[in-house]
Amino acid sequence: MLDHESALIVTLVDAAKHFGPVRALDGVSLSVAGGDCIGLVGHNGAGKSTLVNLINGGLAPSSGNIKFSEGATALVAGVRSVFQELSLCPNLTVAENLKISHSALKGPGWRRTARAEIRASLDTLFPGHNIDADAEVDTLSIAERQMVEIAIGFAPRGSRARLVILDEPTSSLDQGIADQLLTHIKRFCASGGAVIFISHMLGEIFEVSNRIIVLKDGKVVAERGSGEFTRQGLVDAMGHVAPETIEESGPKGDYGPEVFSTSQGLSARQGEIVGLSGLAGHGQAEALARLYLSRSSAWQSSKSPEVVFVAGDRPRDGVLPLWSILRNISISVLQQTAKRGFVNRLAETAVAADWKTRIGIRTDDVKNPILSLSGGNQQKVLFARALASSAPLVIMDDPMRGVDVGTKQDVYAMIRAEAVKGRTFLWYSTETEEVCQCDRVFVFRNHEISAELTGADITEEKILGASFEMQEAS
Amino acid sequence: MNFLARHRIILPVVSLAVLLAATFYMQPRAMSYFGLNLLFNLAVPIALATIAQMMIIMVNDIDLSLGAFVSLAACVTATFLNDTPMLGLLILLALILSYAALGAIIHALELPAIVVTLGMSFVWGGLALFILPSPGGESPGWLRTLMTVKPPFAPMAVVAAVIISIVTHLLIIRSGLGTVLRGVGGNARSVARAGWSVIWLKALAYGLAGLFGVLAGMALVGLATSADANIALRYTLLSIAGVILGGGEFTGGKVSPTGAVIGALTLTLAASFLSFMRLSPDWQIGAQGAILILVLTARLIFSRKGVET
Amino acid sequence: MNPLTKPWIWSWLAAAVAFGLTIGLTAGHGAGELAYAALSFGAFAAIVGLGQMLVITLGPGNVDLSIPATMTLAATLALKAMSSDPGTAFLGLCIAIAVGLGTGLANYFLIFLLRLPPIIATLAASLIYQSIAIWSNRGLRIKPPTGLADFATGRFLGLPNVAWVGLLLAVLVWILLERSVWGRMLLATGQNLRVARLAGVPVELVRATTYVSVAVFASLAGYLLASFSGGAALNMGAEYLLMSIAVVVIGGSSISGGNSNVPGVWGAALFMFLVVSMLNSYGAGAGVRNVLTGTIIIGIVIAASTRRVRA
Repeated sequence: MLDHESALIVTLVDAAKHFGPVRALDGVSLSVAGGDCIGLVGHNGAGKSTLVNLINGGLAPSSGNIKFSEGATALVAGVRSVFQELSLCPNLTVAENLKISHSALKGPGWRRTARAEIRASLDTLFPGHNIDADAEVDTLSIAERQMVEIAIGFAPRGSRARLVILDEPTSSLDQGIADQLLTHIKRFCASGGAVIFISHMLGEIFEVSNRIIVLKDGKVVAERGSGEFTRQGLVDAMGHVAPETIEESGPKGDYGPEVFSTSQGLSARQGEIVGLSGLAGHGQAEALARLYLSRSSAWQSSKSPEVVFVAGDRPRDGVLPLWSILRNISISVLQQTAKRGFVNRLAETAVAADWKTRIGIRTDDVKNPILSLSGGNQQKVLFARALASSAPLVIMDDPMRGVDVGTKQDVYAMIRAEAVKGRTFLWYSTETEEVCQCDRVFVFRNHEISAELTGADITEEKILGASFEMQEAS
Repeated sequence: MNFLARHRIILPVVSLAVLLAATFYMQPRAMSYFGLNLLFNLAVPIALATIAQMMIIMVNDIDLSLGAFVSLAACVTATFLNDTPMLGLLILLALILSYAALGAIIHALELPAIVVTLGMSFVWGGLALFILPSPGGESPGWLRTLMTVKPPFAPMAVVAAVIISIVTHLLIIRSGLGTVLRGVGGNARSVARAGWSVIWLKALAYGLAGLFGVLAGMALVGLATSADANIALRYTLLSIAGVILGGGEFTGGKVSPTGAVIGALTLTLAASFLSFMRLSPDWQIGAQGAILILVLTARLIFSRKGVET
Repeated sequence: MNPLTKPWIWSWLAAAVAFGLTIGLTAGHGAGELAYAALSFGAFAAIVGLGQMLVITLGPGNVDLSIPATMTLAATLALKAMSSDPGTAFLGLCIAIAVGLGTGLANYFLIFLLRLPPIIATLAASLIYQSIAIWSNRGLRIKPPTGLADFATGRFLGLPNVAWVGLLLAVLVWILLERSVWGRMLLATGQNLRVARLAGVPVELVRATTYVSVAVFASLAGYLLASFSGGAALNMGAEYLLMSIAVVVIGGSSISGGNSNVPGVWGAALFMFLVVSMLNSYGAGAGVRNVLTGTIIIGIVIAASTRRVRA
């Protein structure tokens, strides 16, 4: 390894970032030097993205400071980030996207240079990738876009990438491609580059990193060489709450008749909680959306809807941002309580007040705007919206994002209680722990159902197995 | 992704070709130098205005003031540029700069472009009335000569359309800066993150729109020899239709300069075609609308097929 | 609650200032006449503005550019059917509304089935409506039946009848938006179409009824305007294209949808008339008048937007 001091790239001294009263990052000191491969782990809301945004210059620290050894800005210092949400311009070609982040590239013939550079970078990172440098990005698959983004991150772009920050880079890549990436990261660090690697796959963290930093509540709670951690030790450091075994009522088996069954093989019986699992982006969300759209109408609203939807991607699928908490909840029951087409405002207020206490929405008045709530409480509003309706089938698309542990337990109990009353739940979750509580689980792989598990078969191992199974064959 | 979806330019080209073939079939005499000149006579200013609108649509905005702006540029050309060329030139330059400033303000204050340009349409229209309360003015001689020049092989309008499309293609599609500008429409956040100043880029896009708007006004005066304050009001809607006909989309920075020019030619030709069809004048406007719908429907059918395969 | 936080207050304030400045010149003379004229002419802008507001509430990209053509077509066909005969006013009204239903459905058909952007769809369709109007009218100017003309220019309780119609419609729209399920669904759709659909809102029904409503409002305005001004003219709707959008925006509705403002539309409609008469009475020419109108529109939009940011 290179001499740590001489190859220093960026140093943070007691850096903190506050958003109003929220301390997203609460005094972090950290230095990154050439050769470092840092695994950054922590729960949702631990401050990972804030830390990343401080290092790459996207945010200015509220206090403390950040020093780059070369130049004043992250850009000059060769700090690059590859984000979780895709940040390419979809209307431009792969080579043109490189040009966007390579401002020195100009004059006639820039296109040829850009093409050569991105091709070289893709070839090094992902041998045999098959991506055309002149293809427009919106013609590429999600995985290919992610690959392009990573390749742009590592491309020289007029100087040299010294520190590349990768935020969940493998979430939409399949195993083979992810392995290529991990190999490259190791090679890159061995040759004097530095990487900060964020992933929820602990295996990947252990595989590539030589140092692991654990964030919790905006603070670094542990920073050691990766050899000094065990998996369990890492999980404990993150403050992982062991899944409490909730009411071991065992398989109930007394379900009602089948509520639906799709051509894809998805089915559910009345009173059943059906889980959807598998790696993110393997068609679970699409399957749920299709099911919802096919069983509800865009032309008439029913007094007794068949199905309701709980969104996980709140801004895209769930929250009506201009409205109060009250209106956000009552939208699903308007038609059921309406009198001659007019809103029954008494019933509406009663429903909202009822659910505010039942699900514990933290607000002093349900007339407050929904955006005044934290993410977890907004999510509770969406649960209230769905459960307030009388619909017998509830579809949930990864609904626990940003929800704290206590609330999760409350919601689990509520779901179980509603199921006993005869409601059917279809529940997609990215957290295996949640899926394990379902009565039946469908595992998705490549937009198809790869396994159907019931009862004692629902274990993390079996789900993971079904998620990856055919990896070698493809 | 199929061939047509990948090469968005094909459909506009085909629609223009079909319309041209139909025109020649109805009126074989149009298939000549003078025939073509007549058919596309007014295409040059419309093409320039369409390019101007495209610059705005490229950065996800829309300009409802373009027609009034082109009218104003025409009025300035027919008066100041003719009488006191230096002053006229300065005024036109100021108009372009004010367009750029408008883009910067819209971005900085996060104003809805549709409303600001709506307000500006009153301003430009008012200034035009101020300069030319009644129709009049005169085209500068050199401009008149330029617009009526008779190049060999192809008429002026066709040659000019080709030049406009080549120049703007180089500027917007081929050049590095043009690429970044399209990137603003595609994903402004990632452009900003890469270290570009989006406010300058927006000002640049609007400035380019102002430039082409001014050129459209000048070309119009060169053809019409005089101006009035309402001379180009219909260009607002024509230019939007031209951009969309040429394969552009309202959002996402998906524009094609060549397509926009072809769209403008198609719109011009549609008017001429209808007069050749000896369609009752009552129905001429309506038939233009029908053609517009037809072409867009054709595009929809093809692009939907592309999705299915 | 602080009244300044109500978005509609600004258009009413602006209208009041314009009113005050105008009658200030005449030391209070003619205030009644000015107010009467403002209510008469403002009524037409308010009616089309209410319709446009509903469409704009549907969210980004939704706008109806066929309002002028629909106005002209409805007026032309209605006056032709009535052919100045007494007692045919109701027949004319029915025909005007039928025209509105027809053009609204046609617009929605283009938007939904052909997936055209609303701007292009309503623009292209308006060319066709215009042609139908030209064809059916043949340049003749048919006078409205005397009774109808008297109604349109008459007054009731000191207010112009057209203003009563405009007020009635405003109240109706307000009730629909604030109290009815349909209004809630429209507001939800305008905030986020996908969210609304996933929350069980029949979004296509909402979109269809909205595009039909705006056309019916436009046809009604056309019918009244033709009766008011003694006949239909082919360009009678032209000024209402920009006007309808301007009154919505000045009135405090959000151009990005999901948030509408009924009282503001009336305030803005009065303002648009009053600002012109103010500039007229100060002797401003047409050019200066337009420049100032445009500047004021932009000024109000900027004022409204900076206030929003702070709030």
